[in-house]
Amino acid sequence: MNTWTSTPFEPWTGLAGGLLIGIAVVLLLLSIGRIAGVSGIVAGAMTKRHFDQHWRFAFLAGLLLAPILYTLFSGPFPVQMQLSSLWMGVAGLMVGFGTRLGSGCTSGHGVAGIARLSPRSVVATLVFFGAAVLTTNAIRYF
Amino acid sequence: MKTLTMSLLCGFIFGLGLIVSGMSNPARVLNFLDWGHRWDATLALVMGGAIAVALPGFYWVRKRHAPLFTDKFDIPVNRTIDAKLIFGASTFGIGWGIGGFCPGPSIVAAATLQPDVLLFIIAMLIGMLIQHWFSARVLAPDG
Repeated sequence: MNTWTSTPFEPWTGLAGGLLIGIAVVLLLLSIGRIAGVSGIVAGAMTKRHFDQHWRFAFLAGLLLAPILYTLFSGPFPVQMQLSSLWMGVAGLMVGFGTRLGSGCTSGHGVAGIARLSPRSVVATLVFFGAAVLTTNAIRYF
Repeated sequence: MKTLTMSLLCGFIFGLGLIVSGMSNPARVLNFLDWGHRWDATLALVMGGAIAVALPGFYWVRKRHAPLFTDKFDIPVNRTIDAKLIFGASTFGIGWGIGGFCPGPSIVAAATLQPDVLLFIIAMLIGMLIQHWFSARVLAPDG
């Protein structure tokens, strides 16, 4: 039987991180006119062969640079998996396939899409949140 | 060059936000999704904070004719709510609810070099490629 790691409610760091994410999303649109949707950036970096491909690699490099510099200056941060490797593999497949079929993830639909009041993104966000809540509760309580 | 520098900077700020907020920790994400007795509401403030900045920010940016360093805005124009959107979002949601990782946080967490994080990312990339292949061959064979 699994024991689940508990995490404290930390509103201020949550809010601060959220503001940073919001700033990054707005700054990317302002500077290069792109939506900061991570699933689309990752998939585009693998499959698109456009002349303007390189911004995707630069964004991903920044995304990787953040934990490296954070760890150097502030120490390690918690990354606690709750299920076995097999489950993480299944989860990865579903997240990869689903985000591409649904054209977005938490960032592209959940933040940027809602911020530009896209009906598709509002629907997608409600659906993936609903599915995620049902799944987590099903795994933990049944 | 400005395009690349800005992308790098935005990726960096985005990643920092994920770490600071705790969104890069699957345990915290799952405790947000778990509406039983462990509920950790932190991620509501992460989403709320991000949207509180992005909503007025986008409104302001889109009054411009063009971005600062490129010719035009590249914003999705598709407005149809179809089965692909619903099925895709459901599949993603189930995967998110199992592992506690969505794409951004998994990449940030890769820096810890934990094998299961890397496994998740490889599986995610395979899932993306399967969808890419599936869309090209099955959904739009002539496209």
